[in-house]
Amino acid sequence: MIKTKYQRLTKRYLTEQIMLMVMRLAALAILSVLAFILYTIAAKGLKSLSWEMVSSLPEGGYYLGGSGGIANAIIGSLLMISGSAIIAILISLPIAFCINFILKKGGWFGNIARFSMDILFGIPSIVYGAFGFLIMVWLGLQASLLGGIIAVAFLILPIMVRAIDEVLIMVPSDLKESLQSLGATRYEMMKVILKSILPGVGSAIMLAIGRGIGDAATVLFTAGYTDSIPTSVNDPAATLPLAIFFQLSSPMEEVQNRAYAAALILTIIVLIISLSTRQLTRRIK
Amino acid sequence: MLITRKLKDTIATRLMVIITSGAVLFFVAIGLVLLVKGLPVIKSHSLTELLTTSNWKPMKGQFGFLTFIVSTLLVTLLALILSFPLALLSSIYLSEFSSQKIKKFFMPVIDLLSGIPPVIYGVWGTLTLVPFIADTLAPHFVDFSTGYSLLAGGIVLAVMILPLMISIFLEVMESTPQDLREASLSLGATRWETTTKVVLKRSTSGILAGVVLAISRAFGETIAVMMVCGNFTAMPKSLFDACYPLPALIANNYGEMMSMPDYESALMLAGFILFVIIIVFNTVSWFILKRIKRSL
Repeated sequence: MIKTKYQRLTKRYLTEQIMLMVMRLAALAILSVLAFILYTIAAKGLKSLSWEMVSSLPEGGYYLGGSGGIANAIIGSLLMISGSAIIAILISLPIAFCINFILKKGGWFGNIARFSMDILFGIPSIVYGAFGFLIMVWLGLQASLLGGIIAVAFLILPIMVRAIDEVLIMVPSDLKESLQSLGATRYEMMKVILKSILPGVGSAIMLAIGRGIGDAATVLFTAGYTDSIPTSVNDPAATLPLAIFFQLSSPMEEVQNRAYAAALILTIIVLIISLSTRQLTRRIK
Repeated sequence: MLITRKLKDTIATRLMVIITSGAVLFFVAIGLVLLVKGLPVIKSHSLTELLTTSNWKPMKGQFGFLTFIVSTLLVTLLALILSFPLALLSSIYLSEFSSQKIKKFFMPVIDLLSGIPPVIYGVWGTLTLVPFIADTLAPHFVDFSTGYSLLAGGIVLAVMILPLMISIFLEVMESTPQDLREASLSLGATRWETTTKVVLKRSTSGILAGVVLAISRAFGETIAVMMVCGNFTAMPKSLFDACYPLPALIANNYGEMMSMPDYESALMLAGFILFVIIIVFNTVSWFILKRIKRSL
């Protein structure tokens, strides 16, 4: 009797130990996948990464292995994401504040607005790209920096709204109440609250930039591709994700190697953004 | 003075409500525009013909989406089979077993995984998975495979949906009240028993919501899958055959087809199908997750 009870106990204990082991392995597997990805990109990219890659424009015969770099794509990406981030923040701040401070708490419109933002967040970037292209054709626009900026702004808008919304939910109601009792109008109250959540807004912007800068499907039809740096918003613009994508599909090995270097550059940019977003969020908490 | 302040307030709040309404309408507008653009091809070919045949010859005016739909479903299913156990096990570990230190170390890992752009996953897939499948794995099973296959697409996609699932699973499991765990432990249950019979039982709907959300993310993923899946218009017969999901179809052909109205319309219809599937899935998981949050 005692023995069977003991056996049962060891069996339960063993199950736990085995499952714990399996779970540790699962966690370790995820960790190794990340390490493997980063290692692959770094190892391949470092070989062909050079100052020329980062600083010069593609020269004649670049796509056949000629000399030059991808400065056009780096600058194109940076221009595009700055434009999109500015547009998106100008739209997402009013939306997030409206949901939290103007609309009735738990009211139907607030719920619908939050719901739409969550759904928009789930819509794949290719749909934004196709939709953006349709609008551009309709307006008679060519594939251009402006087109890319607008399509990427669509893509990152819901990310920003959700992130700012999360910060606003945590604003203590004391602050709101004391402002109101001092006689502030809702607009004045929101201005003060905006100042108090600026770091949160910063991390929302960073999060959105990190997502937007690496997305290829939105800019595939809307931004075009060019070897020069755009001088106006109506010029087409090269972007890093597309630079990687196009160079990788080349049959020439030298061009492919440059795709790996470009991939490393993009990864480094995204990692820096991701890590600093994390630091920023930690400081807020 | 008071009047200008009041006026400013009214103008600002009105404007904000208008912008918010605009955003809500925007989401409706995307659906409508895609539908209107997709209608001509539904009119000239019936919807059943489009969805149930697999003849894709745009030049001859044949638009059968079946291959693409099946490819999308297979790639998604494969990704889910590969990543669900990993995501569930590691979420349980992080939420119920690991020390705070390990968890603090692990959260940035998940952040980084979700932050890596799709095109980088694609590069990784072409560099490692494709040659591995072509040279090492496939010869054991089939005569020939280029490596650009259903399997490569599934694995890349599996890694991409991992962080999304883990973050939702963690949120759901951690919302289990500590009292319940302690009650179970004090009755003599082991931690594993507590996990399966208390935490997991309580989190089932939330886990389901996470899976549904991951599926909808997988449906729409374009560039990464397109780079490794081969993009060949034929029904895949094994894991090592090329496949051609819907988003890749749009990305590969869109922009070139403006001269053929039916072709453009067919691609827009593909976009609309994606849009509807994703909205349905997102809505389902939205309501499940909302109910969980409310019950807290």
